[in-house]
Amino acid sequence: MDALDAIFVTLKHLVVGWFPALLQPWVSALISIGAILAIFPLLFGLTTVLERKALARIQNRPGPNRVGPAGFLQFVADGIKSLTKEDIVPRAADRVVHFLAPLVVVIPPLLSFAVLPVGRNMVALDLRETGLLFFLMVGTAVELGVFMAGWSSHNKYSLLGAMRALAQLLSYELPLLLSTVPVVMLTGSLSLVGIVEKQSAVHGGFLMGWNLFTPWGAAGAVLFFIAAIAEANRSPFDLPEAESEIVAGYFTEYSGFKFALFFLGEYLGLFAVSGLGITLFLGGWLPPFSFLAWIPSWLWFLCKLAGLMVVFIWLRGTLPRLRMDQLMRFAWQFLLPMALVNLLVAGLWHFTSPWPVALRWLLGVAILAVPYLMFNRAFERRHPQRTYRYVS
Amino acid sequence: MTLPFALLAGLVLGGALAAVTCRERVHAGLFLALSLVGLALVFLRLDAEFIGFVQILVYVGAVAVLIVFAILLTRGAENPRERLGNSPGFGILLAVAVFALLAWALTSASFPKASETAAALTVRGVGDRLMREYVLPLQAIGLLLTAALIGAAVIALPAPTNPATPPTNHDPE
Amino acid sequence: MIGSGILHGLAVTAKNFAGSFTDPARLVTVGYPEERLPPKENARQFPFLVFDGDDSEAGLRCVACQICEKECPPQCIFIIKSKAKKPDHLGKPQLYPATFDIDFSVCMSCQICVEVCPFDAIKMDQEFELATADRFDGLLRHKDQLARPNAYFQKLHPTDAGAIDTLRAAEAEKARAAAAVKAAATASESVKPPAAPGSVP
Repeated sequence: MDALDAIFVTLKHLVVGWFPALLQPWVSALISIGAILAIFPLLFGLTTVLERKALARIQNRPGPNRVGPAGFLQFVADGIKSLTKEDIVPRAADRVVHFLAPLVVVIPPLLSFAVLPVGRNMVALDLRETGLLFFLMVGTAVELGVFMAGWSSHNKYSLLGAMRALAQLLSYELPLLLSTVPVVMLTGSLSLVGIVEKQSAVHGGFLMGWNLFTPWGAAGAVLFFIAAIAEANRSPFDLPEAESEIVAGYFTEYSGFKFALFFLGEYLGLFAVSGLGITLFLGGWLPPFSFLAWIPSWLWFLCKLAGLMVVFIWLRGTLPRLRMDQLMRFAWQFLLPMALVNLLVAGLWHFTSPWPVALRWLLGVAILAVPYLMFNRAFERRHPQRTYRYVS
Repeated sequence: MTLPFALLAGLVLGGALAAVTCRERVHAGLFLALSLVGLALVFLRLDAEFIGFVQILVYVGAVAVLIVFAILLTRGAENPRERLGNSPGFGILLAVAVFALLAWALTSASFPKASETAAALTVRGVGDRLMREYVLPLQAIGLLLTAALIGAAVIALPAPTNPATPPTNHDPE
Repeated sequence: MIGSGILHGLAVTAKNFAGSFTDPARLVTVGYPEERLPPKENARQFPFLVFDGDDSEAGLRCVACQICEKECPPQCIFIIKSKAKKPDHLGKPQLYPATFDIDFSVCMSCQICVEVCPFDAIKMDQEFELATADRFDGLLRHKDQLARPNAYFQKLHPTDAGAIDTLRAAEAEKARAAAAVKAAATASESVKPPAAPGSVP
């Protein structure tokens, strides 16, 4: 089973071995880059088809079912279509910025895959000191691309979309960063590989030491994924591209392949931030139970990624879009305070390590529950239960 | 001076120069972001990964975005025709004075020569320093930022209404 | 509780998702070109002209009265009256349309032509696959393309067609009876020229 687990690593070493020693680092890097460039856009294509099919099923429709077996080649048709479409640049647009914006949106997520450990020994660039920082840094660059796209189009809808996107990304970056801090505190490292390895401890004979299986990890994961959905501009936080309000938001004025690039960037960003969430909270490439360790590590990572995508698609099919003030209030009045409380819980978890586990759990849950219930009371006071006269 | 450093220096200086000469304010903001990215790359070439990444995280991800955001929110973002001031002489004088001050400070400061085997600066080391030696400045900065945050919240609060008529909260939610 | 509504919503959508695979009542969509829903009797697309018998020229019910042409809101009907006359189902000589065109690209399927036609000559078709590469001549339908036998009408709208057929049969019967009486009268008149003055039907 170890052979299967390390199959990609072995293959890469084999291929690299064919080249002279001088070229080997370059070949190694090129293979990693090629793998990232091949796998994640392919995943993007498959995800779009799956998403369309799943959303259709949620709405009691069959969804795309024409191209290829059960419609699974739909993304190829979509790609060909967007490639062959005319690329229109508005006359009033700022041509250079308009051209650069899709690139600034697509390249950062691709960069961030470089530090993501997708399997045992399967990381293109292991930044021992600053892996997480690199990831977060790359994530912030997308904001500028979104702004460039919205501003350069010289279209009111695009500008509104860009403003919404900036406000949203700035607001949700804070809870996103703060919810990753407990992991760094407890791991004592910014290396993503180190964070995964730290979670490989086995508790009670079979349960792996995922960060999710701690009070601060569970709360942190929920906060992280809420903020991650908002960072990825996904429903229900898709205000920047709300079709029914501002056409397509910041990429209203894009057509052809540039339009497809925005979609690609969005999904790659979603994959990247989901991969980070998997690494930080869901044990990276580790199995949930130690007796499942025979399944290859990269398959675990892919399964977790697919599971998260299913959850995101499910949420998209369920929740209506938020309003701008609700969005802001949620970030600043709920996520941020909860993330700060979670820091306290993580600190206490660290300092109470000699205590029995049940007591530590009780303490953590209690500290988290108190502000949650307070928020709940305030929320219910502000929004009393609606009564409908004509609806049962 | 090596070629990579020359390229990066060109990026930083060119971006900065474009940022101050550009008529279009949004372009100026974007050039500033470019210049800051160049600076981060300079840090990375000095093997200061942490500083380099934080530079991008904070300055490009937050500060530059805030700057363009502010440009859009303020009036007049569309017509960059107005002149900056009547007396360019005063501005030039001020700029020269600031430059002279900085140049004097830089030339008079003594930089200890780094030993060949300088200990690699770890993130842990930075944290330790911040929490031990520089804890007071850190707290002062924290206090300042908190004050700024509270001030922003106060400004953003809705204007107080006439106390005679209690505010009716017609929240449409 | 914050979040309970989200969980409730997720349960609803999950039920929908699973139900669309198991419950045919939930998945009502039909894979169109291969599968089709049975036609609805009152569905309507564009008008056609009804003719009786086998000959679309001789049996055409239209008498070129041009009421539909005048009533048509988007003015998509174009009629030229004939010079000659031909007998209708009652045996009466009537004009007929030399030209009867409908421009389907203009028609809005309002059915007003059907409502106003006193001869039940124009009815609504249910054919909707009219896509054509030529949007001018391809959608301009002439008399011979528009004419459909009465059997076709009976198949599309059985209730409507049945009522009309009974009515027309009764009319024809009455006309035939009248003609017979008239024929008898003329026959007796020819036999006995000085007929009783009160025996005229």
